[in-house]
Amino acid sequence: MTLTTTKSVYWKGVRDGLPFILVVAPFALLFGVVATEAGLNVWETLAFSVVVIAGAAQFTALQLMQENAPTVIVLASALAVNLRMAMYSASLTPHLGATPIWQRALAAYVMVDQSYACSILAYERHHDWTPAQKMAFYFGAVTPVIPVWYAMTVAGALIGSSMPAGLALDFAVPITFIAMIAPALRTLAHQAAALASVILALSFAFVPFNLGLIIAGIGGMIVGAQVELWLNRRAKA
Amino acid sequence: MTDPQITTATLWTIMILLGLGTFALRFVFLGMIGDRPMPDWLMRHLRYTAVAVLPGLVAPLVVWPTATDGVLDLPRLAAALTTLAVGYVTKNVLAAIFGGAGMLYLLLWLMG
Repeated sequence: MTLTTTKSVYWKGVRDGLPFILVVAPFALLFGVVATEAGLNVWETLAFSVVVIAGAAQFTALQLMQENAPTVIVLASALAVNLRMAMYSASLTPHLGATPIWQRALAAYVMVDQSYACSILAYERHHDWTPAQKMAFYFGAVTPVIPVWYAMTVAGALIGSSMPAGLALDFAVPITFIAMIAPALRTLAHQAAALASVILALSFAFVPFNLGLIIAGIGGMIVGAQVELWLNRRAKA
Repeated sequence: MTDPQITTATLWTIMILLGLGTFALRFVFLGMIGDRPMPDWLMRHLRYTAVAVLPGLVAPLVVWPTATDGVLDLPRLAAALTTLAVGYVTKNVLAAIFGGAGMLYLLLWLMG
C-alpha cells in the first residue's frame, strides 16, 4: 500500500460523496429554519447540528421539546430514531475494525446514512482495499457532506428569523418526515411496522408524557420483525 | 408559533445527552465490540426502528395539526398523503417534499 493509492481512494470517496450534498443541504437548511421558529438562536441551532449530526433525530427532539415532553421521552424517542446507527456501526466493523481507535472514533462521529451506504457499497466492489484505504474512502465520502451540514444549518437559522408568517411552516416537519419514511417502505414488513406505529400512536395519544410514541415505536418494531419472520417462513414453505 | 418557549437549560441538556447517546450508538460496535456478529433477533428489530418511530411521531401532527388547534385540516391531510404517495413511487425524498409542499400551498391558496 502506497501513500498515493490511499490518497486516490480518498478522492474517489470525495467524488462518490458529492451528490449527497443535494440531499443534505435542504435538510440542514430546513432544520435551521424550523429550529429558529421554535425559538433557538443561531448559535444554539448550529451547536445542535454540530453535536448531533442526525437530521431525523434533531427534528424529533425539536418537535417533542415544543410539545413540552419530559426530557427522558425526548431522548428516548430521538435515540430510537438513531438506533439504525448501531446497525451501521456493526456492519462497518469488519471493514474498519483494524484501523486506529482515534480514526474509528472520528468515523463514528461523522457517521450518517449517506456515508454509510456509499462506503459499504464501495467495500463490496473493492475487496482488495486495505483497512486504511477503506477508512480513507469513508472520510472522503463524508468530506463534502459534513461542512455543508453545518453551513446550511446556519444559513437556515439566519433565513428563519426573517421568514414571513403564513408559510405554514408548522407542517414542514411532518412533510419532511413522511418524505423520509415513504422510500423506506420497501417491504411488507416495513409497511406493517409503519402502519402499526400510526395506529398505536393515534390510539395511545391520550397517554401522558408522550409515552404513546414509545409504545408505537416498540409495537412497530415487533410487528416489523414478526412480519419478516412470517415472510421468511412462507418463502421457505 | 403558539408553542411554549423551550428553556435554555432543557435545550442544552437534551442537546448534549442526545449528542453523547448518538455517538455511543455510532461507536458501540466499531469501537468496542469488534467484529463479533450481533444476534439475529436484535438485528431483526433494529431494521425497523426508523419506520416504527417516525410514523408514530408524524401521525398525530397530521390528524390533529397544532396550527388548527387540533382540528383535522384538508390541506394538511392532502399534503401528507401526497408526500407519502410521491415518496413511495419515486423513492426520492426531495421530490416527495416538493410534492407535499406544493399540494399544501395549492389547497391553502384555493381555500384561503
